Amino acid sequence: MRYLPLTDADRAAMLDVIGAASVDDLFIDVPSEARLSGPVEGLPMHASEMAVERHMSALAGKNLSAGSAPFFLGAGAYRHHVPASVDHIIQRGEFLTAYTPYQPEIAQGTLQVLFEFQTQVARLFGTDIANASMYDGSTACWEAILMAARITRKDRAILSGGLHPHYGEVVRTMAKFTEDEIASLACELTREPDDAAVIAAIDEKTSCVVVQYPDILGRIPDLAAISEAAHAKGALVVAVVTEPVALGMIEAPGNLGADIVVGEGQSLGVGLQFGGPYLGLFGCREKFVRQMPGRLCGETVDAEGKRGFVLTLSTREQHIRREKATSNICTNSGLCALAFSIHLTLLGGNGLAQLAAVNHDRTQAAVERLTQIPGVSLLNDAYFNEVTLVLPGDAREAVRELADRKVLGGVSLGRLFPAQEDLHKGLLVAATETTTDEDIETLATELAAVLEGVPA
Amino acid sequence: MSGVNAAGWRPTMGEAGEASEKFVTSSGDYGLMLEEPLSFELGAEGKCGVDIDTPDRAPAAGLSKFLRKAAPDLPGLTEPETVRHYTRLSRQNYAIDLGPFPLGSCTMKHNPRLNEKMARLPGFADVHPLQPQKSVEGALEVIEQLADWLITLTGMASVAMSPKAGAHGELCGLLCIRAALDARGEKRDIVLVPESAHGTNPATAAFAGFKVQSIPATPAGRVDLEALKAKLGPNVAGVMITNPNTCGLFEPDMKAIADAVHEAGGYVYCDGANFNAIVGKVRPGDLGVDAMHINLHKTFSTPHGGGGPGAGPVVLSAALAPFAPLPFVTRGPDGGIHLVEEENRGEGHGRAFGRMVAFHGQMGMFTRALTYILSHGADGLRQVAEDAVLNANYVLRSCEDLLPAPFAKSGPCMHEALFSDAGLADGFSTLDIAKGLIDEGFHPMTVYFPLVVRGAMLVEPTETESKAGLDRFIASLRSLAKRAKAGDESLHSAPHFAPRRRLDETQAARKPVLVWQGVPGEPGKPSLSEIGGS
Repeated sequence: MRYLPLTDADRAAMLDVIGAASVDDLFIDVPSEARLSGPVEGLPMHASEMAVERHMSALAGKNLSAGSAPFFLGAGAYRHHVPASVDHIIQRGEFLTAYTPYQPEIAQGTLQVLFEFQTQVARLFGTDIANASMYDGSTACWEAILMAARITRKDRAILSGGLHPHYGEVVRTMAKFTEDEIASLACELTREPDDAAVIAAIDEKTSCVVVQYPDILGRIPDLAAISEAAHAKGALVVAVVTEPVALGMIEAPGNLGADIVVGEGQSLGVGLQFGGPYLGLFGCREKFVRQMPGRLCGETVDAEGKRGFVLTLSTREQHIRREKATSNICTNSGLCALAFSIHLTLLGGNGLAQLAAVNHDRTQAAVERLTQIPGVSLLNDAYFNEVTLVLPGDAREAVRELADRKVLGGVSLGRLFPAQEDLHKGLLVAATETTTDEDIETLATELAAVLEGVPA
Repeated sequence: MSGVNAAGWRPTMGEAGEASEKFVTSSGDYGLMLEEPLSFELGAEGKCGVDIDTPDRAPAAGLSKFLRKAAPDLPGLTEPETVRHYTRLSRQNYAIDLGPFPLGSCTMKHNPRLNEKMARLPGFADVHPLQPQKSVEGALEVIEQLADWLITLTGMASVAMSPKAGAHGELCGLLCIRAALDARGEKRDIVLVPESAHGTNPATAAFAGFKVQSIPATPAGRVDLEALKAKLGPNVAGVMITNPNTCGLFEPDMKAIADAVHEAGGYVYCDGANFNAIVGKVRPGDLGVDAMHINLHKTFSTPHGGGGPGAGPVVLSAALAPFAPLPFVTRGPDGGIHLVEEENRGEGHGRAFGRMVAFHGQMGMFTRALTYILSHGADGLRQVAEDAVLNANYVLRSCEDLLPAPFAKSGPCMHEALFSDAGLADGFSTLDIAKGLIDEGFHPMTVYFPLVVRGAMLVEPTETESKAGLDRFIASLRSLAKRAKAGDESLHSAPHFAPRRRLDETQAARKPVLVWQGVPGEPGKPSLSEIGGS
């Protein structure tokens, strides 16, 4: 019980001050029939640091980590190199063990970081403003749809077929209960994204169109054309970015007419972590500020006129407005936002552009090699660091067999779209700056062997 | 400096409460009290703190029409500049690693570094959520083992692991209730919420499509059972109760409330934010709870990081378990652990209400929480609750002669002690005590919450504070109470010894400045006045 500083003598002295005979007397309001007389049964007792470390290390050892195999998975979570200083800084106790900055005089470190983060996200997205982060990209996507409904006073959202299917599922789940209408277009294995179908679906009832950029198949939609069509009908455009590194190379959604830009920030500074914690990015036009969900940090001055930062516009939030709040979100992903912000500060705009160029280069190298495999073809006309390969058979089988050969070869579309058989030959392959020529060669060799039915 | 205190290291306050006569440095720093410009003001074009390869290939032809016109307008810093920037900023934060952080209802306790070390093992940190299941069996075991602890500690049937934070967990629980009602073919649309509840409770109920009706508190700070019973009826989907509640009290009528709600056909949602007060002492399932979120970051000490991330698994009764969202893990007939997602949702889980997040929840937090739980064990967790409650009652009884404790007469508190600012001199309030605590070297308690108490001060010491540490805190709180009763004007201008004096929150809200307003593309050294050198 190395974390508990009270001694038995302390406990006795404190009970004396309180005037209670035993600690159990302090639980007098708990009905006696429900009070447990000893430790909960069926669970082990406390363990030493060494024993816990042994147990957890054994569990970790059962997983094939991305860094220990040729690795090509993406689909909304990307493996990038995180500079050592990022993880070092976020483990400083003043960041790691601080709470929500409710007392700004002694939380300027966190608050200034959030202000810098907001500025970075807004500039990356090409939006006027950004908030201090959401849970992840998928929940940010849902919040954006709700916000668009509040702004337009319309409640029909159109989801492009290129939206990550899990994001679509989150949206449809939530909409079942709020009675927003969600029109989901189907994902199709076409060379170009479904921009025309998205534009055709926009009507006078449309609150927003939700378009992933680049989309789930690695294609890049024409946001400018979609924005023009949406704005003509009084609808907003919600752009969804699951790979922010792409914005080092392709135009920012806000510069192409998107009104709200949301994204997954995991790529910068955060790491894969089997799916979480990640961080949702959320930017929009300044005129929507009072309809935004989540926390905002704002600049102000202190009693001596010094510049300082505070959490602000809390009258939108649940602790003030209760059931009339813009969102029930009560937290942000502060530590992940810090990691994102440090990584982006290390890169700068030029560094991000160069990193993006390397990601694209590595993906080109993978495409060149993998499309030489008999029966394997490339779907995409355009791509950044992720492409869809079309295999002769079900890609789920191939992915499992590749894993047996210690190659993490991509994400099968069958796993993402189990109900859509027409997609099951699709294999999503992502490459980043971490992808070596040797990794690509190993994947190519093993994939060819799998497709030829050569035993491992 | 005008003088030092008896210990010889801290400046004492002058007559007007000022630290010293104004002394201006040319740098804006004062020894180890540092000022730090924004990264945008430090950066310069062309600087980069990462060495990046040079690509061999020109962009693919298909990409050409999408290329950016210019790189994002973000100045870079070199690695040493970056490390120094953030380290200097870190020095302007209070943290649990520096001292007590007695935020009632927020639970800041020691964050063991073993949790961090385990979460960073490559087998956990460097694993993709969509890897083939055979390559992540250890990660699935982490989820299953943590789920087993949560189910056993709460006496419930099941747990939904994916919610990302407490409020997200509330939403999950209410959506389970909604799905269960739908399955019964009933359209109940009212959720009862006590007026003392966290603001997230009514916001969540509204988000889940329910109408909110308030239940008053009794003079003793508990849910008014009779008022609640009077509101029950065929349109009531359920009740959201925080237990222990936000007044720091256990709801002794919890079982009676649950029985009445169940009899009326509704479900009981329990806000489990304060589970740390009862873990190992009572199982919520034994009290009739149908759904309860557990803030892993509070009860099981995952790092708060200046505002998150959180993690909010929701334990469920047998009645609600079938409706839990995707994805989740289950042990198959072969004895292996499977992740149930869209691909294989047919495995007896066709009633799931949907998916709440893109992937499987806060895995990194699960690893940390499991590490913490294993370290404590069933015996240690019970001791956690006992010491947390002991510490809170010690603070309550040590200060109630100076600061009114509105519910102290009715018995012990749980993990947090609630005081009010009644009885301070005219014009003195909770805020003065809070800002005074900053000068004393403590993070203030939660202020003005819960709303049902005038000038509320909610103190939660937690189990990881020592008696000696509490004695120091109590001495400071008593000193401040005395000064506020005596009308010590210097309290109005506290804090005097913080990186910033009281900040103008009204100006921040009236004219919001949410991004840096500097000239794009022209980073440069700020003037002294911009960074606050007086």
